[in-house]
Amino acid sequence: MVNLTINKKPVSVPEGTSIIDAARSNGIGIPSLCYFKGLNEIGACRVCAVEIEKKDKLVPACNTPVEEGMAVFTNSPKAREARRTNVELILSQHDCLCAKCARSGNCALQTVANDLNIIGAEYEPDIPEADWPADFPLIRSESKCIKCMRCVQTCDKIQNLQVWDVINTGSRTTVGVKRRCSIEKANCSLCGQCITHCPTGALRERDDTDKVFAALADPDKITIVQIAPAIRTAWCEAFGLSREEGTVERLAACLRRVGFDYVFDTTFSADLTITEEASEFIGRFTKGGLAELPMFTSCCPGWVRFVKSEYPELLPQLSSAKSPQQMFGAAAKTWFAKRNNIDPHRIFNVSIMPCLAKKFECSGLGMNDACGDPDVDVVLTNREVTRLLRMESIDPRQVEPEPCDMPLGIGTGAGEIFGATGGVMEAALRSAYFYITGENPPPDAFKDVRGMDGWKESAYKAGEVNVRVAVVNGLANARRLIEALLAKKVSYDFVEVMACPGGCVGGGGQPVREACEMAPERFQTLYDLDKKNALRFSHENPSVIAAYSEYFEKPNSHAAHKLLHIEHKL
Amino acid sequence: MSRITIKPENRAQEVMDRLYGSMERRLAVSPPGLCPVDMAASFLRMTHAQSCGKCVPCRVGLGQLQKLLDGVLEGRGKFSDIDLVEKTARAIKNSADCAIGFEAAEIVLRGVVGFRDDYIAHIEEHDCICNRQERDAVPCVALCPAEVDVPGYIALVRAGKHADAVRLIRHVNPFPTACAYVCEHPCETRCRRKMVDNSINIRGIKRAATDTAGYVPPPECAGPTGKKVAVIGGGPSGMTAAYYLRLMGHSVKVFEKRDKPGGMLRYGIPSYRLPRERLQDDLNSIIAAGVEVETNTDIDGLDGFNKLREEYDAVYIAIGAHTDKKLRIPGEDSRGVISAVQMLRGIGDGVMPDFKGKKVIVVGGGNVAMDVARSSVRLGASVQIAYRRRKEDMTALPEEVDGAIAEGCEVLELQAPVRVEADENGDVKALWVQPQIIGPNDRAGRPAPRKADAPEKRLECDLVLVSIGQGIESGRFKEAGLALKWDNIAAASDGSVEAFPGVFSGGDCVTGPATVIRAIAGGKVAAANIDRYLGYNHEIKTDIDIPAPRLSDNAPCGRVQMAERAAEERKRDFVLAEIAMTGEEAAQECSRCLRCDRFGYGGFKGGRNTKW
Repeated sequence: MVNLTINKKPVSVPEGTSIIDAARSNGIGIPSLCYFKGLNEIGACRVCAVEIEKKDKLVPACNTPVEEGMAVFTNSPKAREARRTNVELILSQHDCLCAKCARSGNCALQTVANDLNIIGAEYEPDIPEADWPADFPLIRSESKCIKCMRCVQTCDKIQNLQVWDVINTGSRTTVGVKRRCSIEKANCSLCGQCITHCPTGALRERDDTDKVFAALADPDKITIVQIAPAIRTAWCEAFGLSREEGTVERLAACLRRVGFDYVFDTTFSADLTITEEASEFIGRFTKGGLAELPMFTSCCPGWVRFVKSEYPELLPQLSSAKSPQQMFGAAAKTWFAKRNNIDPHRIFNVSIMPCLAKKFECSGLGMNDACGDPDVDVVLTNREVTRLLRMESIDPRQVEPEPCDMPLGIGTGAGEIFGATGGVMEAALRSAYFYITGENPPPDAFKDVRGMDGWKESAYKAGEVNVRVAVVNGLANARRLIEALLAKKVSYDFVEVMACPGGCVGGGGQPVREACEMAPERFQTLYDLDKKNALRFSHENPSVIAAYSEYFEKPNSHAAHKLLHIEHKL
Repeated sequence: MSRITIKPENRAQEVMDRLYGSMERRLAVSPPGLCPVDMAASFLRMTHAQSCGKCVPCRVGLGQLQKLLDGVLEGRGKFSDIDLVEKTARAIKNSADCAIGFEAAEIVLRGVVGFRDDYIAHIEEHDCICNRQERDAVPCVALCPAEVDVPGYIALVRAGKHADAVRLIRHVNPFPTACAYVCEHPCETRCRRKMVDNSINIRGIKRAATDTAGYVPPPECAGPTGKKVAVIGGGPSGMTAAYYLRLMGHSVKVFEKRDKPGGMLRYGIPSYRLPRERLQDDLNSIIAAGVEVETNTDIDGLDGFNKLREEYDAVYIAIGAHTDKKLRIPGEDSRGVISAVQMLRGIGDGVMPDFKGKKVIVVGGGNVAMDVARSSVRLGASVQIAYRRRKEDMTALPEEVDGAIAEGCEVLELQAPVRVEADENGDVKALWVQPQIIGPNDRAGRPAPRKADAPEKRLECDLVLVSIGQGIESGRFKEAGLALKWDNIAAASDGSVEAFPGVFSGGDCVTGPATVIRAIAGGKVAAANIDRYLGYNHEIKTDIDIPAPRLSDNAPCGRVQMAERAAEERKRDFVLAEIAMTGEEAAQECSRCLRCDRFGYGGFKGGRNTKW
């Protein structure tokens, strides 16, 4: 332990602790802006500058380790002056029209500036501008970027894609897509992690709420909304609800007030995905098609984009099963439409996803199999749903929970854990075991693949069949696994990949909590729901059974292939 | 009232003068890769402030140039702006009244021509094509050809971990000791500490590490690959390649023509600069890694080379540059005209010629010229150094020149040799020289000497030591069909030799006579690419923990310079002349390091390479 004083208060912290952590863990606040523990400790904004006794120059508290006997002053006149000046300098290059910003109220710069009582401005504004394609799912505003470099670090360290880079030099240094590349042509997976790590409104999703309101206003449209499993873990955060209060049923009730005709649950189609994918896996595995390379899951569109840009030769290894979002879209505009005698062209499918890549996925080739219209019309992120409810002045606290509509509103625990890393694998194994042996395994038989580790592996026996599986989350981990596979250092039969750390619970479309990774907390919610659910096996979902008997015949049937599968092409 | 007064001291001017000094130092350490357009625009702003304002081109023109450049930088530039910048700068250059104007314009003009692509990139792509990696790298590491982790080992020395410092250096350079004594330390040239006061004495710190580390065994080699590599030449480049190839698990044999390995470190550098036992320390560690050295083996002729190619899976040619260049003046074949290479080679093998009472004239101004001059003093001669340019134009390190002068060598500047006079027996009697006048700059921007309007001079002497450069004995490789570039072996930047699969070359025989550290870098590059050629991808890694920086205000502090033993004493022997820093001095010098590996851009992306 290292002993020091902070603002004359003696504290004792483990060796190697930064001054900022030492202070905060002892109830002493130090404002910061660029700092993101473990990810970005580069001391770029100089807002966390503190004074050390007998040192002339201030030091950044975020990346200066404590020393024995150190006397730190966080609010000395020198520190106060420098901190405030630096924030004012940042503001001089920031578009401060907060009223028109998606991050207003949840912006680290706004908070710091408010906290420091910065009123008015001493410096002449010098706000940079840059062009950006307005229809791309990821939007960057040069005028709001404070060059904290978190996005560069996220894309480099978490995703190993290096889409963002430091560009230009000297006073014109800024962040941009790596040189000579437009964002459309860059190898961006659209994971959205740069958004959830951005302290300001410089990065955000394309806002599609107006398209939803247009559909709601169209009397000819029948509006359907599906809610992804991971949404129920996080939508509550923006409204200050506890996770117990922020259920999918409460959100369903809120969305009915917005005016949707049907509120459904993507967990239903997650179960459908499992029956298709598990059956596909057994087929490919028993035919020996996975002897060289494993089958990969394909439900994460960020991962699919990654394969297309980084390892196109591996596309045949992806499961051909569409993602739950797209299966839902196809099922809603076929089976559900037929069942309710609705013209599928009248259906307007909205999905609520913790994801940016889903906005891209729904517009992709082959995603209009049901009736020629897009199977899913609009994707909203969790953050857009927050804004949607606020726009309608809906206070979720005042809304009593209501169940989702049927038949696409029921899901099993296996479908719910889709939103967590390892969940797809676990759900698939539960059903695969059943398909191979004819009986259900204990529902928690495959819990080895749970957890936040970046790369997990396990092996299971079902009857006479031995299956080696791996689960990775974060694309940097995915790349490590692929390189090891290609170098024949590891070998698996089935691999689950989720682009975001922790899976969809940590998705790039989830609410932003400044400088905090929320996935571990949200993660548990899904496993609690799984445990509580009376249904733990996707193949036992009554609506899935009905969908097959009424429309899709059986997993991997001709009809299923036409509507629920896709050939992955560049 | 007084008719004239003594000008009072101007306090403001004193401050300004100090600022100018800081600016000069700051400019001198500008890293490569800065945006040339941005630098030109910033420079213009400063020159404009210097303008007296009398003349139009300077007063108005420099400002308009600034506006045009700013437009280009801000992404508002048009292609026609480049022509306008060029035209304006040309007019200012041609019509300004004094240097304040015409020199400023000249620099902009040269930039428009030299960096046209940068201007175009700014206009077309609103981006700079300057090399960010270069500009953001840690300066000392980037400037070291072998990319030694300088801040890393300085931190280790400061923490008293000298053996770890040696291990860290050896990760990229197996000659830490030799380099601690004789490296030309390009690492120091753009040391960011110069912005504060002066560069870190990096070589001195390295000496502190290697002098006190004791024997540091080499790391474990990778498992044997069964591949055999032959290295021709046991100099720094050959031994470096051999060392890393050995660590990668290949079996390596070095063929050395002379009695002992070491190359120019032994046969070119006298022992008062690099004690033989210290050189041997490096060689021992390399040999301890399992490198086999066969001395007194000349791979001569076509057959020898072809046989090696048959017997080995790969061959690295690192024969150095060991032939002398001739003056090409009458009388050069007289007895007593000796080449520097020849003399130092003899000394390297311990054969000390007797120069007692002899008058020696050394021709040349490079480090080798200083080596032969100072060796001659030690052998008993009185020495003059004839050089056709000025002392400040000498390519030798200033401390070498100063050392020679302190030991009694006399530098005769601006004297070009014209002929050697010999007696009837053919023995040298004198060197005739033609006095020169320093004149306008040559194309490289260096003032060029030309014949002065003065008669030739006779310099009486017994020996003429010629040190005007070295050549490469590449004849036999030419016979074998290897491509040459002038006399150098033509190898690609990865060390490979075209049309000769498995044959690589590097060091002086490829670059021409250069520095030890460049030869080492050549060996390192060749080792990596030979490994790849052999079908492997071995990585040379280091896992040494680098101590975190300590808090420091970095207040200006003098640089500890290396000292030499008193001239009167040292000039009588071949014992090491340079005195190591004391522990106290080394600690202070280490504490001056700004740790660019952890601060500034280094704290974001600089970091370090722990494998190659």
